[in-house]
Amino acid sequence: MLSHEFMRSALLAGSFVALACGTCGWFVVLRGQVFAGDALSHVAFPGALAAAAAGVDARVGLFVATVAVGVGIALLGRGTLVARGGGAGGSTPADDTAIGIVFTFVLGLGLFFLTLFSIGSAGGAGIQAAHTLFGSIFGLGAGEARVAALVGLAIVILVLVIARPLLFATLAPDVAAARGVPTRLLGVGFLALVGLVAAEATQAVGALLLLGLLAAPAAAAHRLTGRPFAGVLLAGLLAVVAMVVGLILAYALPWLPPSTAVIAIALTIYGASALAR
Amino acid sequence: MIATNTPRPTQRHTLMPTDSVNPTLSWNLPRDLGEVLEYHFMVNALLAGSVVAVMAGLVGWLMVLRREAFAGHTLSMMAFPGASGAALIGIPAAWGYFTFCGAGALAIGRFSGASRSSLREQSASIGAVQAAALALGFLFVSLYGGVLGDLESLLFGNILAISDGQVLVLAAVALAVVAALALWARPLLFASVDPDVASARGVPVTALSTGFLLLLGLAVAATSQITGPLLVFALLVAPAATAQRLTARPTLSLALTILLGLLIVWLGMGIAYFSVYPAGFFISAIAFSVYVLARVLRALHGRRGARADAAGASAPVKATA
Repeated sequence: MLSHEFMRSALLAGSFVALACGTCGWFVVLRGQVFAGDALSHVAFPGALAAAAAGVDARVGLFVATVAVGVGIALLGRGTLVARGGGAGGSTPADDTAIGIVFTFVLGLGLFFLTLFSIGSAGGAGIQAAHTLFGSIFGLGAGEARVAALVGLAIVILVLVIARPLLFATLAPDVAAARGVPTRLLGVGFLALVGLVAAEATQAVGALLLLGLLAAPAAAAHRLTGRPFAGVLLAGLLAVVAMVVGLILAYALPWLPPSTAVIAIALTIYGASALAR
Repeated sequence: MIATNTPRPTQRHTLMPTDSVNPTLSWNLPRDLGEVLEYHFMVNALLAGSVVAVMAGLVGWLMVLRREAFAGHTLSMMAFPGASGAALIGIPAAWGYFTFCGAGALAIGRFSGASRSSLREQSASIGAVQAAALALGFLFVSLYGGVLGDLESLLFGNILAISDGQVLVLAAVALAVVAALALWARPLLFASVDPDVASARGVPVTALSTGFLLLLGLAVAATSQITGPLLVFALLVAPAATAQRLTARPTLSLALTILLGLLIVWLGMGIAYFSVYPAGFFISAIAFSVYVLARVLRALHGRRGARADAAGASAPVKATA
């Protein structure tokens, strides 16, 4: 199995993307922001289309769109927090509405660009768009895989750097603010980071399946341990396990798409964690 | 404030190279309207759009109030396994939509209704349900053999291909949903606004919650025939969120929600008829603009109220609020 280059690339890129999703996901679940992460994964698609329309590399558009919308959602949510006077840390359920409206608009823009391509003669760009939407981890080249692994590693390091203040700001936002922790800046920065993860994972597992890697291993880790740093590590580890086992399974069973296999394993872990508790 | 939007397609058309087959908008609005209504498919689209706008407005109003936008979005994603599963076993896509939306509503109700106390668990479990649905969808697509209609109309709907039968089905679904809402209006509102007190008073909060999710699933499945599953929020969330921002009185904001929903659909379809771009784009863009406008008005209003010196420079906007 490892003699195939596509499999080595998939395992390398997949493991690091999963590690980034898992560690970041632990905080996403803690802050109740799974919907925001989901929305960011959808935004990747219009971003790539817009970049293609502008003649820029689709990857640039993907990253710019997810990070920008992440920041936008955080800022809109901040407005809600101030208006309602709530201090629940991350996302009060009220921002769900803003998230929903923002990402629907961005997807509408995606539809606009898609039509732009189908009217024009650039049919190839439309195919590329579908490629962005679904991602194909078995289609990564060795070079792409190395870049993906490095970006994944960078995201993990960033998460670990802001982990302590972010934890403080999430669990006790008022106390943290009083102690001089820049809670709002952290909130915005964290969603920008989730945007990075979404853009990165889009290339590996596809925009639509990022959600499973972000939510399921992290939620399982939350069920299994209450200790924060053990939880972050466990979430990352479980995500990597889901990715590697899923990829091997998809390799062994040709009818099984890799994304389905990875998510199935992640969800099995999540389900099993309910039994273990 | 919305009427200023109407001349826009004319500008677009002067800027864009159009071929002679495309309809163009003249300044004679009644004539243009007559031209639109001459086509049977446009009449069907407008009828279906109106029916769906009213239903989505009502259900969406409660959804925004109950803060279940993530659940609503997850239900809209059920269209993917629904449509691909239906294609796989060879039944109409709409059946797949409704089946999977119903199953998804039950799953969300089962997993997140029990742990209502923890927002954290709830958001994670809804995410897990959605991931499962998407993974199933991928499996179906892969088993089907790859080519599944055209992706674009699966994701964004095709408003110009609505048959007479579909209009009837949508009307029946809308009638059932509105009737159920009217029947449960009081306990549902009570359980939505204050679940703890309602539960103490003997209102079956969990059953109502699952029941509402089922209605939401129905509404989402119907709406996604108009806007496509990806853009249902344009009709489900935007009108309700806008109305709830503008007024706190329930009946007034409900009426405003329905009115806004209808306006968004009509304007979006009307503009799309005279444009090369699809209705879904215009509907979501108008919905977004209306929401942003409401937020801006609200912010200006709030600032105005907070400051004693009300002699501010930006006077003309306030009157509409």
